[in-house]
This record gives sequence, C-alpha cells and structure tokens, in this order.
Amino acid sequence: MLKDITLGQYFPGNSVVHRLDPRTKLILLVVYIVALFLAVNWVSYAVMAAFLIIAIKVSTIPPKSIVRGMKPLVMILIFTAVLNLFFTAGEGEPLVDFWIFTVYADGLKRAVLMVIRILLLISGTFLLTYTTSPISLTDGLESLMNPLKAIKVPVHELSMMMCIALRFIPTLIEETDKIMAAQKARGADFESGNLMDKARALVPILVPLFISAFRRADELATAMECRCYQGGEGRTKMKLLRYNLWDFEAFGIGAVLLGLIIVLRTFGL
Amino acid sequence: MEPILQVQNLNYIYSAGTPFEHQALQDVSFSVSRGEFIGIIGHTGSGKSTLMQQLNGLLKPTSGTILLDGKDIWSDKKLTRQARFRVGLVFQYPEYQLFEETVYKDIAFGPKNMGLSYEEIDRRVRDAAATVGLTEQQLQVSPFDLSGGQKRRVAIAGVIAMEPEVLILDEPTAGLDPRGREEILKNIEDYRRTHNATVMMVSHSMDDVARLTDRLLVLNGSRLVMDGSPAEVFARSEELIEMGLNIPQVTRVFLELKAMGLDVEPVYTIDQAVAVLKTLRGGAAKC
Repeated sequence: MLKDITLGQYFPGNSVVHRLDPRTKLILLVVYIVALFLAVNWVSYAVMAAFLIIAIKVSTIPPKSIVRGMKPLVMILIFTAVLNLFFTAGEGEPLVDFWIFTVYADGLKRAVLMVIRILLLISGTFLLTYTTSPISLTDGLESLMNPLKAIKVPVHELSMMMCIALRFIPTLIEETDKIMAAQKARGADFESGNLMDKARALVPILVPLFISAFRRADELATAMECRCYQGGEGRTKMKLLRYNLWDFEAFGIGAVLLGLIIVLRTFGL
Repeated sequence: MEPILQVQNLNYIYSAGTPFEHQALQDVSFSVSRGEFIGIIGHTGSGKSTLMQQLNGLLKPTSGTILLDGKDIWSDKKLTRQARFRVGLVFQYPEYQLFEETVYKDIAFGPKNMGLSYEEIDRRVRDAAATVGLTEQQLQVSPFDLSGGQKRRVAIAGVIAMEPEVLILDEPTAGLDPRGREEILKNIEDYRRTHNATVMMVSHSMDDVARLTDRLLVLNGSRLVMDGSPAEVFARSEELIEMGLNIPQVTRVFLELKAMGLDVEPVYTIDQAVAVLKTLRGGAAKC
C-alpha cells in the first residue's frame, strides 16, 4: 500500500558512500547535476551512467530499490519522451511522417537522451537520500547554508523544519494507512465512481489526517519546549561534521568527472 | 451451534518478496458461533491486529480461507464488500477517525455506505447512539467538542450502527479512565445480547477478558497457541507468563496461595475467588 513509497527512505549501511560527510555528498550531488546538464552526447552520458553505476555498486544499495523508486515517475518520463519526440524540428528527411505526426532522427535522439538524463538525475538524488539519514542530511544542509546567516536567513530554523518534515513523512503515511483501513471498515469506497466521487471519498481520510497532524505538531512543540528548545542560539551539536580523507578523495573524483564532461563537451561527444 | 465465521489454515505474509518480508500469521484455524463473546490475547506483534483485518476482508490472506456463513469472503467481490458490513471492525483509538460535522452524521457514515433507506439509517443511528449512551443533544454537536471517552463511544457507535453480526474491537478501553472502561464494556455486552451478535475483543486486561468472555484465543509468535474457555486457558498460567502475557490478578494471588501450601484450585474472576474463600472459611469454622 502507501508504505511502498520509497520517498526519501534511508537504507542504513556502512559503505564508503554512507560514511561520506553529508556536506560532501550534497556538494557532489550538485557537481553531478551540473555535469549532467553539461553532457551533450552519447559518450558523456555513458560516462555519467558509468559513474552512477559504480557509485551505486560501492554504496551496496540494492539496485532493485532504486528502480522501484522510479515507478511513480513513469508518466513524467513518457510525457517528456513524447514531447521531445514530436516537437523537435530536425533537418533532413523525417523518419516517420504520418497524419499530424512527424518524427525526425534528431527528435528521437533528444527523446532518448532526455529520458536518460531524468533517470540519471533521479537515481543520483536517490543515492543521496538512501545513504544519508535525514538528520545528517539536514545537518549538512545547515552547515552548508551557514554563510547565509550573514544576510539574516534563519538557517537553523529552516533546517529544523526540514528535519521534522522528513521525520514525519513515514509517521503520516502510517497514519493514513490506518485511517483508510478504518474508513474502509465502515464501507468507504475509494476505488469506484467518477473523479468527483473519488475526491469526495477523500474527505473521511483528510479530515482525521489533518487533525492528527495538528495534534502531533502541538505535542511535539510541547515536548521540545519541555527540553528547553529555543532555536539555534547557543545550541551545540552532538555529532560534529568533520571532513575525512575519503571526503577529499570524493571531491577529487567529482572534479575529474566534471572536467571530463567539459572536455567531452568541447569535442561535442 | 452453526458457526458464523470459520477461519481455515490462514497464513499472511507482509511485503512478500521484499527484504521486509514478515510472516504475521501462520496456519491459524478456528471457528466462531453466533452470540459468543471471545477475547483475543497476545502481546504486541503476535498477529492480533493482522488477524482482525483478515476477518472483515481488509487484508487478503496469503493462503487459507475465511468463511462467513459458509461462504468464502474472497470468492466474490460482493461477498467481500458484504463482509465489511457484516463483520464490524473497531480499530484501536477509533476516535481518531471521526471526521463529520456532527455526531449524527459520523455515526450515519457506515449505514449510508450500505445504501440503506433514509428511515433505516435514522433508526440505526438512534439505536446505536442509545446503545453507547449518547444523548439526543449530543447527536447534533461536533464530535470534536466531546471528551475523549465520548468520542470513543461515537466511534464505536459508528460501527455498531451497521449492525454487524460479528463485532470485533481492538482494545476498546485503551487509555480510558476506570469508569469509561466499565461503561464501554457494558455497552459492548449490551449490543451482544440485544442483537445476538458475536463479539471478539482484543484486550490486554486479563481481568476484563476473564470476567466477560466465554472463550479465549491466545496468539503467540503469529500462531494460535491456545483456544478455550477462560478456565482452560488460565489453567495454563505458567505458559501464559512464559509468553510474556499477564494473568488475572486474582489468579496470580491464588497461584501464590497454592505455592504457599493452601489447597485451592486457581480461579480467574473475583466472584469465583469469593466463593472459594467462603467455602474455605466455612470449612475452617466447622473444624
């Protein structure tokens, strides 16, 4: 059921990827995304894919779970592919010319590359969330955003909000499952009927869910105040983030990857 | 007596085929007759909640069958939907499922889904409200303005209003004060008697199940390990304690007495204990 959604799910492990500093992983992800958008042709994409596959291999995350996380994206992928396929004006003879559809070789190539790009993009981010616990992820973000404090951005509050939001995703999913089961036990029907009926059928789930979310928020706020939480001021960390040797190695690999893609780009590969 | 529910070789596996695979029920079989009051005991994770959700067709068994009036509830879509109404299920903390603007509307949600006529829905809502002791005025207020115990009663009335032949409740008294507990248990017993319904109640209070039920099912490690009258089950108190379960307080006292050399048979309700103690004293007086 809903539990099968793997959004931001953390797979505990002890691989090098797991042990990297969250800041390293965040920066590397940015580098990876930049490289991905600089990639222009087959060879560059192959390099990116190879990098990702090696990274997944090293992380010991079962590739199956990454594939499973892709499932909700199938519609977006198809949509992108179709758009690129039909709306790319190419030179030369069209491959297919049928009724209002014309497909050029260029369009086909762009559609394929676009789908590969999205797949690589998503699985790259999955690798981050699968190997980094939400807490260390927000720790990393907070530390990276620290310079923004100079311009009065409430960095600590933002990262605390994010941490809480991430923490409560599984809880709320579980809660939704429970409420759905309870309303089904009273004969609620979420599957049949037209769109309006289906929307209306959500009311018995959404109302209790919101009420319980507010209740939990209240309880959490009280619990935090009981433990003297008062924002980021003067707050120290239990786990200090520290770069290790492997972090610098990872930065090195990231730099090589980015350089390689830029070189390939100048050759149009 | 003709059994109303029959469970045969039920197996259930969560998340089959993934690393999170977990067998929640293993080869569970039993049958239930009309009008019985059954207690289900077992500690957390023993499969109680999973079992309950199998009985009204919320979860589909991995293997095995569930017969309602002799018909497999999964053999036909209509039968599955019927099972939802004929086997009423009250989850833990049911008050968290209230959503309507008024108590009346919330209780009417189930009967409405059954497609009953307006008059029939009205009758059932009022009957159910009366069974759980809600007043006429309370029917028109928002359920969110009620106290915790009253909310719980509204939620139970919401299931009772479907007039299920089998009423299953998961710890209906959890988190209530002693008076609230007594009232809810009495409401449940009233419903059972007036409708000749079967009641199955999950509970951690051994005193409650010992006092109220005719029969106990004990689940341990996803298996049904005991099935018998409270007397039979509590006669095996040592085994229950070994499973990490409790026994009624008076049973504990009597076991201690026996260990101290007093010649008493273990009892499991206060009334029995009083009777035994009276004969003991009577006997002593004669000597």
